[in-house]
Amino acid sequence: MARLQKLLPIASLLTLLGFWQGLALWLDSSNLPAPYQVAQVLWRETVSGQLPYHLGATLLRLVASFSIAMPLGCAAGILLGRNAKADAFFSHWLVMLLNVPALVTIILCYVWFGLVESAAIFAVVVNKLPNVIVTIREGARVLDKDLLEMAHCYQFGARKTLIHVIWPQLYPFVMSATRAGLALIWKIILIVELLGRSNGMGYQLHLYFQLFDVASILAYTIAFIVVMQLIEELILKPLEQTAQQWRR
Amino acid sequence: MTPIHLHIADKSYPASGANLAHQAIANLNLHLQSGEFVCLVGPSGCGKTTLLNILAGLDPDYQGSIQTGPAARAPKIGYVFQNPRLLPWRTVQENLELAQHTPDLHVIDTLLAAMQLTAFRHSYPERLSLGMSRRVAIIRAFAATPDLLLMDEPFVSLDAPTARQVRELLLSLWQQRPHTVLFVTHDLREAIALADRLVFTSSAPMQIVSEIPVTLPRNQRHLDEKIETFRQHLLTQHAGIKNLL
Repeated sequence: MARLQKLLPIASLLTLLGFWQGLALWLDSSNLPAPYQVAQVLWRETVSGQLPYHLGATLLRLVASFSIAMPLGCAAGILLGRNAKADAFFSHWLVMLLNVPALVTIILCYVWFGLVESAAIFAVVVNKLPNVIVTIREGARVLDKDLLEMAHCYQFGARKTLIHVIWPQLYPFVMSATRAGLALIWKIILIVELLGRSNGMGYQLHLYFQLFDVASILAYTIAFIVVMQLIEELILKPLEQTAQQWRR
Repeated sequence: MTPIHLHIADKSYPASGANLAHQAIANLNLHLQSGEFVCLVGPSGCGKTTLLNILAGLDPDYQGSIQTGPAARAPKIGYVFQNPRLLPWRTVQENLELAQHTPDLHVIDTLLAAMQLTAFRHSYPERLSLGMSRRVAIIRAFAATPDLLLMDEPFVSLDAPTARQVRELLLSLWQQRPHTVLFVTHDLREAIALADRLVFTSSAPMQIVSEIPVTLPRNQRHLDEKIETFRQHLLTQHAGIKNLL
């Protein structure tokens, strides 16, 4: 039974590929190339160095904007979650920022700061930050009062309380913000690259869109999805398992 | 260690939602001698936990003062809560180290051995029984080397044999390290087994009704019949306290 359960994801993937292949054969159109054609493009672009170069540029932007948005968002989220006055003051700002379309922020950043790398990163951070703040704020609002009292009683101080009492309770919220953040950030980066950069996945996708080269578009998309899956399996899941080992 | 004097002129809770405003404590004076074990006995809901929270600095919203002898600083507190309040994501040893300003493994080793928990030092609290968790909470309070040790019904919801075992371990620990202790309980037998002095309180607004020293020698406190005899003697001599239990 357990073995069957392990095989299910593979069976699911093969079914999807089979469905795609069937559909491609049935339509027989360059608008939907078959999986093997996409694989050929993937190989060609990888060997030529184009795919690693553009994928690397996008990943660098992802790491930079993520590394800025997460700590800032966590700090602001904890502040708003623990301080009612700060929350009352900033909550409308948050709602406003959450509702500004990503495209508007990106255009404004390019108009105000020029078509430069820092403007691109800033635009992504501004788009991601409110989501992190809202998620962490919810976590900070439901911290265990008993444990905070205990920490106060035993004079833990701010640093020990943050590391040993608050952060472990926020961990599920941080992981949720991380996962949702990575998925959101890379989509925003594509728009940022499409509108104002001369490299990266977004730039390449724009180029292939102009050429109506669907196989290349799919090849680049699949490459990025694979990278994101690797991040999930090799970084996020082990981190989560280590942090949750205290559970029964 | 220094003597501690607590004066609460007024502790009231304002009305909120369906709860009416009420006065929890009124004009209460409590003096604790250095190294004294005092049991606070009073009816349920009379404000005993509120009093402990004020002493622990968790509730600053009251009128009154806490004086700690000639020292100007606030007393260093060890607090054993009704539930153990251990950090579930830290091991037993880490929980104990965090309560100390400077982690002292020697003290932790000794306390763990005294409470028969050495084998569980690297366990997470979720893997301990309730009785073991309560023992860890008691060790944590001692490990903090407090000026004042507050204990809020720490044996509640333990079965009688476990409660008795933990009580005896607590007593042996306290005799080795005689901190000033304020122990809240409903159980007069438990109070007699532990205390130097019993402080009986009224229902809310809480006031001290009677203070009675426990004259039963400590070497007889493990004998149930001696405790029962002393309890009967108390109830006969101080008829008013029966209504407070």
